[in-house]
Amino acid sequence: MSANGPYQGAIDCDIHPRVPTPQTLARYMDDHWRDTVEVRGIEAWDSISYPPNAPLTSRPDWRKADADAEPAKLTEATLDRFGFAHALCNSLFAVQFFRDENLAAAFARALNDWLAAEWLDKDPRLRGSVVLPIQSVERSVDEIERRAADRRFVQVLLLAMGEQPLGKSMYWPIYAAAERHGFTVGIHAGSSYHHALTSSGWPSYYLEDYAAQALGFQAQLASLICEGVFVKYPKLKVVLIESGVTWLPPSLWRLSKFWRGVRLEVPWLDRSPEQFARDHIRLTIQPFDAPPSPAQIGRIMDQLQSDEMLLFATDFPHWQFADDAMLPAGLSPALTRKILIDNPLAAYPRLGRP
Amino acid sequence: MLDAPLAPELQAEAGRPSRETSSRLKIIDGDVHPAPRSIADIKAFLPQRWREHLEIYGSRRKLGMTYEPYPKSAPRACRRDAWPDTGGNPGSDLDLIRSQYLDAYGIEYGILGPLGLSGHSELNQEFSAALTSAINDWQKEYFAKPEPRLKAAIVVPTESTQAAVAEIERCANDPVYAQAFMLTRTSEPLGNQRYWPIYAAAERHGLPIGLHVFGSGGHAYSGTGWPSYYVEEGAGHATSCQATVSSLVIEGVFERFSRLKVVLIEGGFGWLPALAWRLDKLFERMRSEVPHLKKRPSEYIREHIWVTTQPMEEPQDRKHLFDIMEWIGWDRLLFASDYPHWDFDDPFRAFPAGLSQERYRQILAGNGLAVYRLA
Repeated sequence: MSANGPYQGAIDCDIHPRVPTPQTLARYMDDHWRDTVEVRGIEAWDSISYPPNAPLTSRPDWRKADADAEPAKLTEATLDRFGFAHALCNSLFAVQFFRDENLAAAFARALNDWLAAEWLDKDPRLRGSVVLPIQSVERSVDEIERRAADRRFVQVLLLAMGEQPLGKSMYWPIYAAAERHGFTVGIHAGSSYHHALTSSGWPSYYLEDYAAQALGFQAQLASLICEGVFVKYPKLKVVLIESGVTWLPPSLWRLSKFWRGVRLEVPWLDRSPEQFARDHIRLTIQPFDAPPSPAQIGRIMDQLQSDEMLLFATDFPHWQFADDAMLPAGLSPALTRKILIDNPLAAYPRLGRP
Repeated sequence: MLDAPLAPELQAEAGRPSRETSSRLKIIDGDVHPAPRSIADIKAFLPQRWREHLEIYGSRRKLGMTYEPYPKSAPRACRRDAWPDTGGNPGSDLDLIRSQYLDAYGIEYGILGPLGLSGHSELNQEFSAALTSAINDWQKEYFAKPEPRLKAAIVVPTESTQAAVAEIERCANDPVYAQAFMLTRTSEPLGNQRYWPIYAAAERHGLPIGLHVFGSGGHAYSGTGWPSYYVEEGAGHATSCQATVSSLVIEGVFERFSRLKVVLIEGGFGWLPALAWRLDKLFERMRSEVPHLKKRPSEYIREHIWVTTQPMEEPQDRKHLFDIMEWIGWDRLLFASDYPHWDFDDPFRAFPAGLSQERYRQILAGNGLAVYRLA
């Protein structure tokens, strides 16, 4: 499949190395924090976002092959097999859960060191996201500065749901630092669960939890646009990772309509929310919450009003597609090429300059 | 419409039903907001014990304040021209409601949905029950009895299931009531089994459940906390609707109550197809978690969910809106005006040109006749 296959040279913008244990990360900590992990018995620090045995969490063939456990297995299952040029590793260790920002900063730092040492060092095609201890903006900026010299880190990583909507000005130093160093801002499905998942509380089923991630993205999109993040940081690109995609056009229509009606409330917005989104928002293409027919997919592509917003991703090892059908059906060759290669290169300025 | 009138070239387009031809088109409006002239109107329907409670302790909801946390774009979120010359609130003067709205647009039925001091989610559950009863009596006496074109809603004290069922039973045999009425932001997702007796009662009496946006269940308005702006809150109601529909479907409400009809009010509708696809895909993966579901989520949605049109999404290319309507199903869209609120949709100007007369009639009236209890 590799040579000259349909995905040759593609850039996979979302893969997940297996979440490390606190004990593994402790090896990357200084004495104080290593002792803390041991003395305080931080044996597990697992989010409920991806139950390890849930069908969604790992595709059966990848689960069987233990394919997310180490770089050699991962590259065999994806990069080698399909001929991807790069794959971007997004670590899902639950740094965001700590209420103590010092612990969060220690774990984020260790996690990013771990990714560099155990993954990025092992294969030159792998790229990484800098997980931020979002509990502290100051420490998040420190972490960005610490990684800026390592060009293999191309993105800073946040979750779809946290303490506050991400457009709030308290977070702007993060965007200033990201823009300064050419980092893209990635927002990945997931929650710190510091709030109920929905405005009506906690749903009962995991299925609903995962479905509700798309609601978090809708809130973040509105916040980033309305607060004026893209007015203040005109070079910033934000990638919504593992969002589902097809919720986007109607969400923008609604937001743009309210903006037209109440724009005196946010006078700094010099364009419609739809235009801000086309200029600054990108989305990874797995999962793609697809309608039943390819004709409908064509209509959704038309509704997006842009061929630059979608970025290729497998979401490895999460089980999002069957066989090798990594793209929605019926895309034109030109759009396919943009999604696989051109759009990721444009979205990640650090990717082109190793 | 939230915005200025449509561009002249769109207005001139053939096929747009004009207001002049309105006499031929019946309209059922799924979202009309009555208001008291003053709080005294409502207090008159409260027992003395609760009248005194209201006077002394006021309305207390899971918001920490007595008004909404986002200042609206106009006083009481109302059209400037909807304030009666005779005093009182917009939506309180039946003569003005008739001349400005019912007669002006040829409304056959306007379905009431009381907001504000409505008792849905009072922290004191006994007060919630008393206040919703008062609101339901007040709607009947002030609006539905003197004006048969206005149909009342049974406001439900949502967080007290026993009282909610009792209130439905108290009102259900009176034909002035066309729906049971709750809000989308509740203490638990509405599919939670604690609310099921409400659905059983509504189904028993053939009443649709109207779920209007707003409410205060004690949670942040998004899973990532509180947004800053009314623009965000307004657009964000769509997310509360998505959470609510997900919960009703996935928890199995429609499997259990196979004749239940649910109307989502004022949340727009563009979000519904993508939600159905998302839930279907997750259902395919994780059926083992929800073995109580016998059909795909999209099938429950198609059979049990209706959506009102206002405030209608406005993509730049109107064909995109028709895509969405097609995917939802033309028999599942109900016109709503939101009178007398500022973002009122005019039934003759809110829809983009190009809808066939047949579909237009369906949305303006035909679908409403099939959903609401209008006997």
